[in-house]
Amino acid sequence: MRERVTVAHRLAVFGGVYSNHAALAAVLADIGARGADLAWCLGDVGGFGPHPDRSTGILRAAGVPMLRGNYDEAIGHDRADCRCGYSDPRDQRFAQISYDYTVARTSADHKAWMRDLPEQQRLSIAGRRLLLCHGSPRRVNEFLWESACSDAFLEWLCQTHEADVIVCGHTGLHWHRTLPSGRHVVNAGAIGRPANDGRTGVWYAEIALGDGVDVEFRCVDYDVEPLAAEMEVEGLPAEFVATIRSGWWTTCLENLPAKERMRGRY
Amino acid sequence: MTSLKTRAPTLPRYPEQPLLHLETLWIQVAGTVCNLRCRHCFVSCGPGDERHALMPRGEVRARVGEALSLGVKEFYFTGGEPFVHPEMVEILADTLVEGPCTVLTNGTLFKPRVVDALAHLASEARYALEVRVSLDGATAAEHDTFRGEGSFARAMAGIALLGARGLLPIVTVTPHTDEDDQAFRERYLAMLGAAGLSRPRLKVLPLFRLGREAARTRGYHGIETLADLPPSAFDPARLQCGSCRAVTSRGVFVCPLLVDEPGGRMGARLDQALGAFTLSHGACSTCYVTGMTCANG
Repeated sequence: MRERVTVAHRLAVFGGVYSNHAALAAVLADIGARGADLAWCLGDVGGFGPHPDRSTGILRAAGVPMLRGNYDEAIGHDRADCRCGYSDPRDQRFAQISYDYTVARTSADHKAWMRDLPEQQRLSIAGRRLLLCHGSPRRVNEFLWESACSDAFLEWLCQTHEADVIVCGHTGLHWHRTLPSGRHVVNAGAIGRPANDGRTGVWYAEIALGDGVDVEFRCVDYDVEPLAAEMEVEGLPAEFVATIRSGWWTTCLENLPAKERMRGRY
Repeated sequence: MTSLKTRAPTLPRYPEQPLLHLETLWIQVAGTVCNLRCRHCFVSCGPGDERHALMPRGEVRARVGEALSLGVKEFYFTGGEPFVHPEMVEILADTLVEGPCTVLTNGTLFKPRVVDALAHLASEARYALEVRVSLDGATAAEHDTFRGEGSFARAMAGIALLGARGLLPIVTVTPHTDEDDQAFRERYLAMLGAAGLSRPRLKVLPLFRLGREAARTRGYHGIETLADLPPSAFDPARLQCGSCRAVTSRGVFVCPLLVDEPGGRMGARLDQALGAFTLSHGACSTCYVTGMTCANG
């Protein structure tokens, strides 16, 4: 893996686009307006939403660098399923509906592009070693939930993977922890669906690196109704559409730890 | 000169499971002490059974400290029945400062005061507190066959109380027939919904032919092992013993299932128990074939 040394001090990072082209356009506009020095997508451009080629097209046209998430790996290689890591049969059933829809509607050119994406990226900014990954530094589909990771474990991850700041995604829920050693773990969440908080807006992370590491999560609102209508026309599950309209997760809930689950409605 | 050709007896070759990283520490906090005497208990626990004793709060703290220095991710408390331990709530409060905790219980000892304390911990702690209640049937007739008369009603009352206080218990169930997986799950989810759980969470575990279960039905047959599994077919990331250890008052064991089996003990301290484990037990084959983990995920 190449390390990029950059003078950028303000980094915008977003996770899972999940084919939500409307949210992606709004987030890219916000990043542009805020004037971040560098932007990265942590992978999983497809799934959940409609017309997967639209999001991939927007992302490629914008030239935003992206990691290869488990979804991109699966779509790129026409695998049988998304390898999202769900343990519950109902969650897996819904995941398979999205996956089958997405893999059938992703162009060969986009699939080839996905295959060539890096799985991780190291950056060196303001004297700090950043490691960008999709799930965790050790497994592309590992869920790092805020309430399920001890400080001791996150310190071990940073130390083992030689990182001062780990930036990850995959769970769809954003969080940031400053560890006792001064290292940081940032989960950027996802912009493809809301953060199970009853808000329809989506979240991304802005990381400012200087003397310290400052992390700000930004919620970006977009017009959800046209997207919801497209999903209905495409015959995507009503449960997915309800999530877009309400801000509450209706599926993929069984992997959530109790603490995160309690914050949601379902 | 004639030579007698002797063939050395062929010893079975078992895979060696490395500890990839200590993710989960199982703390058998109640030892083998339980208020029930279930007919299929894989560690043969029961009232007053102190083969593995209750672990004092200070010893739990020390074990937690050892595991934290190794980068442990989360803690599981089991027994016996953890809530026979007079300091169980305090032990959970201590440990939740350090990491996520799951407690495995038969659900029969919950008083409102205890559940209120758990709900407070679950809401105030920075880490998740998971409460897992074990059932062996969706009806009293099924469940009580294994766990004793009246235990289903008491467990369901415990589950309802947890739900009413806003906790989201995970109900762990073990199939005892060859019922279709989906039908089995739906039957339990419907029962738990009818009992008032608005968001029932279910975990299905296979039956292990250990402890009292071996006497009730049968133990593992000689062929039910991982002997001679080709190294190329062995996936070291598949088994929970690649990422866990279990501690009881008697030392450190490879996993929570083998605390009563010969060869299961790996040392007195965690740092003596980080080596590879030979997967020679019948239970190892159950874990490997089913891909199960005792952990929540």
